[in-house]
Amino acid sequence: MKLTGAQALIKSLEMEQVEVMFGLPGGAILPVYDPIIDSPIRHILVRHEQGAGHMAEGYAHVTGRPGVAMVTSGPAATNIVTPLCDAYMDSIPMVCITGQVPSTAIGSDAFQECDTTGITMSVTKHNWLITDAQDIPMIVRQAFHIATTGRPGPVLVDIPKDISNTMMDWYWPTDADVAAELPGYKPNTKGHPRMIREAARLILESHRPVIYAGGGILKARAAETLKELVELTGIHVVTTLMARGAFPDRHPLCLGMPGMHGNYSAVTAMQQSDLLIALGSRFDDRVTGKVGAFAPDAKIIHVDIDPAELGKVRRPDVPIVGDCRLVIEELVKVVRDLMASGTEAPDRTAWKSTISGWQERYPLTYEQSLDGDSLKPQFVLEQLRDSTPDDTIVVSGVGQHQMWTSQYWKFDHPYTWVNSGGLGTMGFAVPAAIGAKVGRPDKMVWAVDGDGCFQMTAQELVTASSERIPVKIAILNNAYLGMVRQWQEMFYEERYSEVYLSPDLPDYVKWAEAMGCVGFRVESPEEVLPTIEKANAIDDRPVVIDFRTDSREKVYPMVPAGSSNDDIVVDPSQGEGGR
Amino acid sequence: MSGHHTLSVLVENKAGVLARVAQLFSRRGYNIYSLAVAPTDDDRFSRITIVVDVESSPLEQITKQLFKLINVVKISELAPDQAVERELMLLTVTASPDARSQVIELVQVFNGTIVDVGHDQLTVMLAGQPVKLDDFEDLMRAYGIVELQRTGRVALPRLERQAPRLRSVKGKAG
Ligand SMILES: Cc1ncc(C[n+]2csc(CCOP(=O)(O)OP(=O)(O)O)c2C)c(N)n1
Ligand SMILES: [Mg+2]
Repeated sequence: MKLTGAQALIKSLEMEQVEVMFGLPGGAILPVYDPIIDSPIRHILVRHEQGAGHMAEGYAHVTGRPGVAMVTSGPAATNIVTPLCDAYMDSIPMVCITGQVPSTAIGSDAFQECDTTGITMSVTKHNWLITDAQDIPMIVRQAFHIATTGRPGPVLVDIPKDISNTMMDWYWPTDADVAAELPGYKPNTKGHPRMIREAARLILESHRPVIYAGGGILKARAAETLKELVELTGIHVVTTLMARGAFPDRHPLCLGMPGMHGNYSAVTAMQQSDLLIALGSRFDDRVTGKVGAFAPDAKIIHVDIDPAELGKVRRPDVPIVGDCRLVIEELVKVVRDLMASGTEAPDRTAWKSTISGWQERYPLTYEQSLDGDSLKPQFVLEQLRDSTPDDTIVVSGVGQHQMWTSQYWKFDHPYTWVNSGGLGTMGFAVPAAIGAKVGRPDKMVWAVDGDGCFQMTAQELVTASSERIPVKIAILNNAYLGMVRQWQEMFYEERYSEVYLSPDLPDYVKWAEAMGCVGFRVESPEEVLPTIEKANAIDDRPVVIDFRTDSREKVYPMVPAGSSNDDIVVDPSQGEGGR
Repeated sequence: MSGHHTLSVLVENKAGVLARVAQLFSRRGYNIYSLAVAPTDDDRFSRITIVVDVESSPLEQITKQLFKLINVVKISELAPDQAVERELMLLTVTASPDARSQVIELVQVFNGTIVDVGHDQLTVMLAGQPVKLDDFEDLMRAYGIVELQRTGRVALPRLERQAPRLRSVKGKAG
């Protein structure tokens, strides 16, 4: 069968079972947009290519399937660099297709030419510039294979316009064909049995163990297996910002989020543990604080599918390269066998009561607002949490509102928390929520966004309205780039530099309405619940609620940047903290 | 040269592979001391020989990150005592008629070859162990080095000295 390169590309996407893609056409990708008309793949037309990228990410986050974005050359390709980098940092499987000027024009500074593969080399797991239409099926298969196996990540396929128009003989490569073409790619998924036995031994010797669960648990679909391990061993778990929901917050052994704005008990339990069991986590600086002072007495078991993570920041005592699910399954077996043959863990009662002491003394807390004052963001979040279904998907932007959402939400299900962790991309929430809703139309999707973040990508609500994707957006409008304001207050003697945004400019309600959404404004505590209920009842278009929140509110606890986690600062009402 | 280590990296012979390797080094803040690229006997693959500064970043991280590049097929770490290392140098030196015979003598001592002769300059080619090239360079400095170009080292692992012990073959019958 003869196809054009463009037809072969779309057919390859169909063969990869792509249901939906996010994109925006232009000159160099024009030929590929023609066969889309006849394809069963749903195409969602975005208003900015950054939106396409974050939508693909949101879709991938909640479905576990690769998100697909398609844009044209030059400025469109550069517009999607931010989402690629975001997906790279957070190991999100994503396939990005970019148009390129005709191959004969490459290198001539042609109209809308840019070195897309060069620019994106460091923010993709791999990328390709297609030079022969005959290669298209093979490259697309490789692209999906690489994006979704091993440590997942974004890949990019750049296709010159003339290649899209060239005829090729259709074929579909087999797994073996793909493997033969990738002699340097063989991710190792099975952990080393000797290392797993060693890990089991350490676990059963430890007095103060903590499981440090990271995003890798979710990537490996290992939440159930993790729960088995926890229930077998009775070890407390912290879930990083990328792993919220990987272990249920309501479980008595869950300590919540560690790190710069983590729960006191999560941060301190890690600091004082004698064994950290790092599962799909990467010792990020926002978790460790000052690395040299991080968990000084802890031995480390580190499980990750990416060998380069083992020893990158902290040298593990037991390194295990492998897929989290497979490794934990084996670990559970070995621990169970050891226990059956009489090996007992030491008595951990004292450790457990120390932890519950911290939990009682330093819970998350905030001061309720006085009558007539603006809303407390934490109050809004508690109300939202308590009046939405348990398995609501929550998406956030980046800033104070993100930390409060992660802190105050109760994540009891995996794949219900979508955020930009590694890159910290403002503007992530609105498009990612749209992608998430497209992936899981059966679930309620709420984005909690900052006023600053919202202004970066709000136009995608036009996309949501026209495509009838009923996402809900709660703006915690504190009239500030709040997180930056907090740092200026705490570390720059309250010298506020370029952080004020105004609560009324823009008028978020009118803006929402102009974009085809329903808009509400909430200023007093009594209005919070009824307005959320009104929003929950709307299912035919997006809703935006402008919550007027207290601009002076700060996120606590906080480990100041560069400090040791021992120097965690708790809410002023809880006194000095410390141990 | 302490703190340097040689990596012999077998890569797919595809467009842009060198850029990926070089870009990885700059992005991760690793220092390259020298780099040589050439095809191997199998035209699907090339070999990149990289001398890295392991004082600035641990070799283990460098190799692990390199190995994550899809086009990298195999990496051999070659510690200096486990490798045969060679490098080639072209050097133009001032050799006025009165100094010329001394220069030629040194070239001969080092087993170099004079590849070009000018009015008061000579161009010498020298291949050998990198330290030997260093020594020669030092000696030539006294005469006045006009131009110098080194290729960066290439290396292969040392071969086993002992023949593998033959295992006794048990009879198959029975
Ligand atoms: C694209 C981008 N630019 C700048 C920053 C730095 N930054 C981090 S949080 C923040 C403030 C975010 O403001 P807002 O969305 O209003 O959230 P708030 O902190 O007030 O809740 C800024 C500017 C960033 N993370 N991303
Ligand atoms: Mg704000």
